Amino acid sequence: MYMFKYILKRIGLMLLTFMIIFTMCFVLVKLLPNRPADQFGKDKELIEMRREMLGYNKPIMEQYWIYLFGRTGYEIPLTDSNGNVQIDSTTGLPKTKMVFDESKIPEGVEGTKKTVGGIIRGYFGTSEALYLGRDVWEVFVEKVPYTVSLNLASILVSIPIGLALGIYAALKKNKWQDHVISTGVMIFVSVPSFIYAFLVQYLFYFKLGWFKPVVDATQGAFSWTFFSTAIPAILSMCFGTIAGFARYTRAELTEVLTSEFMLLARTKGLTKGQATLRHAMRNAMVPIFPMILGEFISIMSGSLIIENMFTIPGVGALYIGAIQAQPTPDYNFFMLLTGFYTFIGLAAGIVIDISYGIIDPRIRMGAR
Amino acid sequence: MANNQFEKYSSIPQEKFAFAAQGTNIHDQKLDTKPIGYFRDAFNRFKKNKASLVAAIIILLLVVYAIIGPFCFDPAYQEAYKTEIMLKNFKELPPRLAFMKGTGIWDGSKVEELTRTQLYHYEGLTAELGHEVIVDVVGEHTVTDLFGNEKTLYDVRLDQYYKIGVITKTMTYADYKAIQDWQVENGIQVIFPWVDSTNCPIFTSVPDYWFKCDQRGNPVLDDEGNFIPAYAKTGKDDYNSTRLANDPANNGERGWDYSKRGGAAGAYNYTVRLSAYNYFIYKFGYEPSFAFGTDSSGYDIFSRLASGARFSFILAIIVSVINLTIGALYGAIEGYYGGVVDIAMERFSDILSGVPFTVVTVLFQLHLAAKVGVVGSLIFAFVLTGWIGMASRVRMQFYRFKNQEYVLAARTLGASDWRIIWKHIFPNSLGTIITGSILVIPGVIFSETSLSYLGIINLDSATMSSVGTMLSLGQKVMTSSPHVVLFPALFIALLEISFNLFGNGLRDAFNPSLRGSEE
Repeated sequence: MYMFKYILKRIGLMLLTFMIIFTMCFVLVKLLPNRPADQFGKDKELIEMRREMLGYNKPIMEQYWIYLFGRTGYEIPLTDSNGNVQIDSTTGLPKTKMVFDESKIPEGVEGTKKTVGGIIRGYFGTSEALYLGRDVWEVFVEKVPYTVSLNLASILVSIPIGLALGIYAALKKNKWQDHVISTGVMIFVSVPSFIYAFLVQYLFYFKLGWFKPVVDATQGAFSWTFFSTAIPAILSMCFGTIAGFARYTRAELTEVLTSEFMLLARTKGLTKGQATLRHAMRNAMVPIFPMILGEFISIMSGSLIIENMFTIPGVGALYIGAIQAQPTPDYNFFMLLTGFYTFIGLAAGIVIDISYGIIDPRIRMGAR
Repeated sequence: MANNQFEKYSSIPQEKFAFAAQGTNIHDQKLDTKPIGYFRDAFNRFKKNKASLVAAIIILLLVVYAIIGPFCFDPAYQEAYKTEIMLKNFKELPPRLAFMKGTGIWDGSKVEELTRTQLYHYEGLTAELGHEVIVDVVGEHTVTDLFGNEKTLYDVRLDQYYKIGVITKTMTYADYKAIQDWQVENGIQVIFPWVDSTNCPIFTSVPDYWFKCDQRGNPVLDDEGNFIPAYAKTGKDDYNSTRLANDPANNGERGWDYSKRGGAAGAYNYTVRLSAYNYFIYKFGYEPSFAFGTDSSGYDIFSRLASGARFSFILAIIVSVINLTIGALYGAIEGYYGGVVDIAMERFSDILSGVPFTVVTVLFQLHLAAKVGVVGSLIFAFVLTGWIGMASRVRMQFYRFKNQEYVLAARTLGASDWRIIWKHIFPNSLGTIITGSILVIPGVIFSETSLSYLGIINLDSATMSSVGTMLSLGQKVMTSSPHVVLFPALFIALLEISFNLFGNGLRDAFNPSLRGSEE
């Protein structure tokens, strides 16, 4: 029961932390100068309407409320200059528009009360720079699969290789095999991933010519076309992760291998392989498993640099695009992705902490 | 044996015993060896770790490079770069060291695949300017093109510095005269005769062509296989300087024109053909030779990388010192007082550490960059979340030491909290703190490089650059000139590896019980 309570407490704290950060970021973003609506040529009125819906002319904290929970207004039919109700040609239904100020409802028109927008309805705003006029959340959902698929592939390759190298190095401790692996790990852990990315690009794209220097994302995120063209990107992401896993596994396993219970296991007649697999590995996995879990959580956020270098249409590229959009950054994307990255970071922390307690019964989470 | 000895001494008569120092005070004998302090001890251990020692030396060399490198940037070159369009011709030059000339490595040459026409072009350049453009012909092979015609291609090692060849430039009479005077004085020919484009149709687009040639640029050779000059012989060019050896003017005849005079009387301008290489010497007084080559804008990579490195180091050290100060104070208070203070402060730093670093940087860039500059806002961003790691490290150390007997003793003697914190506990955690603040440096440099690579921060200007910007610019020309990205990449890789090794060695030295463990 204490475990359940502990998890609840942690999640509660996480949500609190998240809300504080999110609110801070919202206020900071709102304090920045935004692009005036009349800079938009033909979409000007649409954008002004949308901004009114988001309460851009209200105090920031009120805007925040609207951003979270939407805004209540009146839906009135849209009329042309002759006073006739306009009909949408595709759906055949009368066109409507939202009015938020009761006094602005024209006389004789019946308005229906309605609440629109707000994060709770899945509305994070509309892009005003990067993907002009598109729903931010929609674009974001389109991008996530590419990031996930890329990172998933890289992790699925990295974990077995990393663990295997680490175990091998630990078993051959202080022999030449260990020295070779440890030196390699040292180098690959230290050198930033974009340096390998340069090397990989230079080798595979230009020297050997094995791949076309374009990642083909037209066939969807989990298609073979995407994977096969993204192999250099996956490879560049792998090196660091493999080295990280190998180093960690080696360190943990060498520590476990020298403990007393290993001697006992050998004394009671287990072979070295049995003892290592059943006793040493299980204990060494206690800190390694949460690390793997953490990696799986953070596959969503991905790598800003690799996505930019290999022009992969993922979340990272979207984030950089939103920041560098002209003439002002795309704040709606920025807010959404800020929330997203913050959430992933906090969630990964919690999952790692809790998983310690789940895989190792000796660790009593939250107990005093 | 042992038994015998035991028997031998087992029955010593009592009177043989005497008090060692009867009547005098008993002192412990003074130690003969020198006392070894905490840092001396750590240094002794550190010296034994060969890898860390090498890493420390490499870091030192990189720091020396970062300090000295920017001064190698010729201010005249930098100044001229802003005005002289011609210097843009010196872009993407491969690395060259003057003493490596002709060796094929690090001599500014590159193997290129040329057709016969292109080969003629460079042979002509060699014949006119006297520069060995073609270092050697490595090989040749025959290919069949789309129409089934066979043609021979040559793999030629070309000196990329000489290959720039001839450029045209329009100047005033004063400048024109100055070059002529310089030519007489130094015996180096900068200005070469103007070409009559009826003799070489390709000339107007490629000023390298000085010989008679056909429409495609193939030379028309004389009976002995030599190039026939196609220099112009009309007009007036006010040229009174060093002439080419085969100039008819040397025999008293009507000579070649060395410029094309234009403009109105009294304010003539002179369009001339210049040897870019020799013009560089005229301009700056030394031969162009860039140790790390030049980038895609023509900047010297050696000094530009050094200026980027210097910026990175200074930034990292500033951030490290600020983080150390804030972290040590915060962590000390947290760890020493514990209880409610600790919980409250821990919660605060928890919230702060939840903010993703990229978000912090972007927000600070957007908000502060206009007020305190890019660098200032970058430092703010690094400090905002950077000190948390240091604080938790110090906090841990304080938890370890605050309940030990010597602290109790100090408190019993009436020491204030402040004194106990700084005089008694803090020095004990110094090793961890030093290691921590050293390990902050590669992290900061890495982040700064990534951010400038992604273009989130932009520090590029005529006088300085950052490693990340150089990487992103180099990536664009990676196919043609891999050296542009190679040197910044090598620098960052070397730096990160050395700092990690150095940091590990330092940690082992200060805290031998942690040896071999990771993190």
